[in-house]
Amino acid sequence: MTIRLGGMFFGLALVGVLLLWSFLPDTLKYSTPEKSPYYAFHEDKLPPAGGFSFDGLGGKWDNQQLQRGYQVYKEVCRSCHSLKYVAFRNLEELGYSEAEVRAEAASWEVPGLDEYGEATLRPAEPTDYFPSPYPNEIAARASNNNALPPDLSLITKARPDGSNYVYSLMQGYVEPTEEDLAEAKELGGGVEWETPVGLYFNEHFYNANIAMPPQLYPDLITYADGTEATTEQMAQDVAAFLTWTAEPTLVLRKQTGWYVVAFLLFATFLGFLSYKEIWANKKPKKKG
Amino acid sequence: MSFAWANQYEPKSDFTKWIDEKLPLPRLIYNAVGAGYPVPRNLNYMWNFGFLAGLFLVIQIITGVVLAMHYAADTSVAFGSVEHIMRNVNYGWMLRYAHANGASFFFIVIYLHIFRGFYYSSYKAPREMIWLLGVVIFLLMMATAFMGYVLPWGQMSFWGAKVITGLFGAIPIIGEPLQVWLVGGYAPNGATLNRFFSLHFLLPFVILGVVILHIWALHIPGSSNPTGVEVKSESDTVPFHPYYVAKDGWFLGLVVAIYAGFVFFAPNALGHPDNYIEANPLSTPAEIVPEWYFLPFYAILRAFTGDLVIPLTGIVLVPAKLLGVIAMFGSILVWFFLPWLDKSPIRSGSYRPLFQKFFWVLVVTMGVLTFCGGAPAEQPYILISQIATAYYFLHFLVILPIVSQIEVPKPLPFSITEAVLGKDGEEPKPISAAPPPQSGGGDLPGGALQPAE
Repeated sequence: MTIRLGGMFFGLALVGVLLLWSFLPDTLKYSTPEKSPYYAFHEDKLPPAGGFSFDGLGGKWDNQQLQRGYQVYKEVCRSCHSLKYVAFRNLEELGYSEAEVRAEAASWEVPGLDEYGEATLRPAEPTDYFPSPYPNEIAARASNNNALPPDLSLITKARPDGSNYVYSLMQGYVEPTEEDLAEAKELGGGVEWETPVGLYFNEHFYNANIAMPPQLYPDLITYADGTEATTEQMAQDVAAFLTWTAEPTLVLRKQTGWYVVAFLLFATFLGFLSYKEIWANKKPKKKG
Repeated sequence: MSFAWANQYEPKSDFTKWIDEKLPLPRLIYNAVGAGYPVPRNLNYMWNFGFLAGLFLVIQIITGVVLAMHYAADTSVAFGSVEHIMRNVNYGWMLRYAHANGASFFFIVIYLHIFRGFYYSSYKAPREMIWLLGVVIFLLMMATAFMGYVLPWGQMSFWGAKVITGLFGAIPIIGEPLQVWLVGGYAPNGATLNRFFSLHFLLPFVILGVVILHIWALHIPGSSNPTGVEVKSESDTVPFHPYYVAKDGWFLGLVVAIYAGFVFFAPNALGHPDNYIEANPLSTPAEIVPEWYFLPFYAILRAFTGDLVIPLTGIVLVPAKLLGVIAMFGSILVWFFLPWLDKSPIRSGSYRPLFQKFFWVLVVTMGVLTFCGGAPAEQPYILISQIATAYYFLHFLVILPIVSQIEVPKPLPFSITEAVLGKDGEEPKPISAAPPPQSGGGDLPGGALQPAE
């Protein structure tokens, strides 16, 4: 009895405090959440036409596309972005032969020691990981207007809807529309929207001001397989490649999943039959 | 410890006789989860989740022990060691996804198990001790899950740890030194990561120990059942094996198939992308959200936005942060008092029309709190979580005691057998048909309703 009375008292007191605040005239006079001006530019991330080959329950890698994406990384992204969780040996999964991987690794330089133990650069081995373009964060920031180019190994997992995000972001360097600018001005309390010096307008970046300059232009690179290097093509290829770097086991995972789920459903079905059999004489018999 | 008609363990071979004399472990298992444990025959599928919770505890321990073989609890390499597991360890990705989603599924089945307890009043005499131990298990689970989420040392790991350990700072006087002592510094650091790893490894075995006590306490009165009527005769029960082994078994397959669906096809759906960014104490994420299973309690924490002051004086009695912390812990601690708050003699919610309505309001409230916990800390979500929090406490502390006094329950069936087979045992009716009058059932002869072989 005391517990109940004490409980009721405690409960009513707590609830009283809460309701008092909730309905005090002051608390109800809340304003709608203030939106920053950049909300005006928010665009949904769109997948490439036809989606990615690895989408869906039965998705597969498109090795040609991954190789093209690697070429984009190597010729465009690598000058600023590291790929530290990926090793050269992993490239074999993209369909390169062992010899090709060895040759590819040798075309990169990684920090090493010379015969006197002095720090130097040496050609990479397949077991090496992709080297960082900068020796440390300070150097990276110094070269990039104090912005830090993120490591790209996990970028598609570290952003919501990552593959489509990368694809959209690479093509998001557009001119803001008049309507969006007007809306941004309204949200900003009458202040004209202006992209700060040193930043670039990108409608897919969360606050529309990105430190990375536009990177992809038509025919920027010449694909080894002869595909036409449109901006969209390169964006799609590099997004696919970065999806692979973020999760090289993605396709293996989905394929394994089919066997596991099929086995479990089959075992469940057998289990259900035995359950029916065992319980047959314990259930009420149906009339008629 | 069991009903008089329970099957007795009889060792058959010389070897099992020898074992039974020296260490009667097979006998213990036979009596605990074998043919020697009589269980009410009318359990519905809501009674499957205790068994499933045990399964997920075992999955978590096995995957966790193997992950610990490859993980390094050092702030400079922890994030990288998780990526090493994902990329270089054979089937490491499967282990890690199974462990991460296993935690979510552990909480899913535990929440269903707890709400089963709410609806069917599983906490009532003579089962109070089972309930109390269950709440202890839940608290231990929350601590374990929280510390486990810190181990990958991603952005959410770090900032989640910072927010939650910061709560201890709200305690008056000793709060700040206590927080520094618990964390091993002023913010989460290497010492924090190491101790969290140690405790994250230890606590599951503590949980296992309390689970054994939970099951021990269960076997003294035996399982409850959907009518809430206690077992009266042998015809009310069936042996756990094979009846409930078969029922739990096939349902286990179904739940594990859904779990595998998440592990293999949407392994990151329940996580947060920010945790794939390595922890950076200098960069706060746009919003800090805990894992989904903590959201209702997080919403309760954040519902307290104002200090408790003495009117007109401006003297702060309890600061808002402390109120929130008290409410958050109180929201679970109140479960400890449930057996004494709800004094209705009727156990099953199915026979309590008024209680049933409030039960569903509570379910909706929990859903609303989960939603608000994940929403940004701005209006109108704060107001909504304040109202939902108020209802939450009102439900347990005020509504339940009053309802149990004023409610007119529906008539109960005479026995479990009657509820399943109908009153005379020959003309069976579905359970949902009007319950037969309580009086005049008479004595059903114990074995009369046993089915023909």
